[in-house]
Amino acid sequence: MAQLKKEEKIIEIVNVSKIFDETAAVQDMSFYVRKGEFITFLGPSGCGKTTTLRMIAGFDIPTSGKILLSGKDITNLPPNKRPVNTVFQRYALFPHYNIYDNIAFGLKLKKVPVTYRNDAGETYTKMQKLTRKEIDEKVRAALAVVDLEGFEKRSVSTLSGGQQQRVAIARAIVNEPEILLLDEPLGALDLKMRKEMQLELKEMHRKLGITFIYVTHDQEEALTMSDTIVVMKDGRIQQIGTPTSIYNEPANAFVADFIGESNIFSGTMVGKRSVRFCNHNFECVDDFEKNEKVDVVVRPEDVVMTAPEEGMLKGKVINVVFKGVHYEITAQVGRSEMVIQNTQSRSVGDVIGMNIAPDAIHIMKKEFAANIYDGYITKKNTVVFGDGEFDCDVTTLYPGSHLDEEGYLITAAGEKIDLTDTDVIVEVGLEDIEISDNADEGGARGHIVQLIYKGDHYQYIVRTEENEEDYVFDSPDLWNENDYVSVKIKPENIRLRLKQEVK
Amino acid sequence: MVKKILSVALCAAVLLFIYAPILLLVIYSFTTSNVIGKWEGGFSLDLYGQLFRNAEIMQILFNTVWLALAAAALSTVLGTAGAIGIFYSRRRAAKPLQAVSQIPVINAEIVTAISLALLFSSIFLYRTYFSLLVGHMVLCTPFVVLSVLPKLKQMDSNTYEAALDLGASPTQALFKIVLPQIFSGVLSGFMLSVTLSLDDYIVTAFTKPPMFDTISTYVYNAVKNGTHSSTPALRALSALIFVVMIAVLLIINLRARKPRSGKEARK
Repeated sequence: MAQLKKEEKIIEIVNVSKIFDETAAVQDMSFYVRKGEFITFLGPSGCGKTTTLRMIAGFDIPTSGKILLSGKDITNLPPNKRPVNTVFQRYALFPHYNIYDNIAFGLKLKKVPVTYRNDAGETYTKMQKLTRKEIDEKVRAALAVVDLEGFEKRSVSTLSGGQQQRVAIARAIVNEPEILLLDEPLGALDLKMRKEMQLELKEMHRKLGITFIYVTHDQEEALTMSDTIVVMKDGRIQQIGTPTSIYNEPANAFVADFIGESNIFSGTMVGKRSVRFCNHNFECVDDFEKNEKVDVVVRPEDVVMTAPEEGMLKGKVINVVFKGVHYEITAQVGRSEMVIQNTQSRSVGDVIGMNIAPDAIHIMKKEFAANIYDGYITKKNTVVFGDGEFDCDVTTLYPGSHLDEEGYLITAAGEKIDLTDTDVIVEVGLEDIEISDNADEGGARGHIVQLIYKGDHYQYIVRTEENEEDYVFDSPDLWNENDYVSVKIKPENIRLRLKQEVK
Repeated sequence: MVKKILSVALCAAVLLFIYAPILLLVIYSFTTSNVIGKWEGGFSLDLYGQLFRNAEIMQILFNTVWLALAAAALSTVLGTAGAIGIFYSRRRAAKPLQAVSQIPVINAEIVTAISLALLFSSIFLYRTYFSLLVGHMVLCTPFVVLSVLPKLKQMDSNTYEAALDLGASPTQALFKIVLPQIFSGVLSGFMLSVTLSLDDYIVTAFTKPPMFDTISTYVYNAVKNGTHSSTPALRALSALIFVVMIAVLLIINLRARKPRSGKEARK
């Protein structure tokens, strides 16, 4: 995104955090919204997108950080004093008012400066309410914008979901806000209605020329409507960019997996602009250090099917699904699976070749190369980290050392050391973690909070309940999200380092 | 078929068991006989006539109604404010607050009455109009909270935020948006309070000024002291109270059943 001048920023979020009952909904978030743009907060539920919106509206006050509107600090300004209006997810229309009164609600409260000239010829300004005629005109104009002319006298309950949605939009835009906030406004509509409203909202944005801040968990909606997308996860921004850049150049595996369909592989850079995955060296356009482990994203529509002998990769079709416009074909390539979208079909069992153009291969820095924790050694010479206790080999801390019968460590120089409560840094590789259904078997317990399919294996994140410590690991086995599992790590796979020299 | 008749018969028997005494009272309010069980002088409305000509009873009736309306109105304000406070407080605080607000409902009334008496004697306001009014408010307020809270829970809580968003101050949002939506709950709370206050004896007896009587205390004293002169008329009074109560109850129930127009479909 091009660097923009300061005065074009209408909203600036500066290091904002929001903590509800000790859990952080938004963590140290900073970004800005340009005047007149259509910006979308996108992410799975619980990612902090609605909380961010509510802080801009003024319903929630940030725990720390600042919110600036056109350079002015509005962090603690109540919602009724902000030039911002909201379209709520469940519309929040006033059931005891008819459509006209719903829309006129904001106008009737509004006071505008009116200039008068007195007998002496001096002019003075008075804040006064809008006249009935002015309100009438504005309400009619707003109803025209949302195509609901003639609905003034109808009661809210006689309207369909889509019509209520339109009234909610009219009620917000009639106040001519500088910013319109939309909190998953299309979530309750059926698919066809949603598609129509997406286009209409986009058109409305163009006509009104005000800033739209939109919240959704629907990646397609975000791609269709936005100028800028902010992808969020766990209260943090993952990536900010245009729909095209986010789709084509996802910043990490989470974004790639969340936006659109994707094949994600673990690869290794083998040379300048050359990456190896699925047992083949591919040319690519991204440059990384040689031998660096990377994540590779290939969009299903970018995989070209050829005759088996002409392809860079050869695979056997194991699944074909008709999707309307295209077929979704899954091919087994060695140990990995490749999903292909094509208008031509293949039969299950066919052997096909596959080609991938260099610019269709997107390479991302590997997010997790290893798990690293702060831990300490216990009396029993086990190590405690990540909300769990594991057996380990403490002699690795001092080369050539051994343990005596009482459990003291004898260094190579013959020095006797009590390791109890020694702070250590623990490193565990992604391949070295196993999980089990049996809660007593492993050293720590948690729920699977994320899984991403990476061609020939899944990458899992197990999060403990107590301190929300994450264990990231790869496994070929399929588990389900939210499974409660215990984490097993073999003692030889727990790499220990001293945090500081023990006295 | 037999099953059906049996079930109807059982229902009738239960209802008869509940309503027989009141029915008897209503029937005997139409005869001038001094003793219930003897039908003297045939059907007459004399008792009702006596009732309305008796200045003392009329004064007491006026006292009772006035007290009930005042206590109910104040309780409604207090209870509604309390319910809104509970509804908008943090989830952790809301549960205990709601539970505590309902303790007076299950607490034995005599305990409430004695506590009130103790409290007011300690602050030298015992047996004043103030203690009587506050006593009745203590009695009614929990029921107002109880009838307003469900309405608040039914309400789309975003509507309050929507009002703020559209420029309303918190006070404007409360009066223009929240109150109209919970009005039916507020009204039933008010009517419930009126009925509670009208027929209360225990709290009234413990807090009323010495020379002040409501229907309940008057009837009780009249029966206890055996001042027979007015007891037959009290039959008519009791019958009237019963009819009024039934009417209020019916209104509350009908209001609750009537589908409110203009109510948004909820998820």
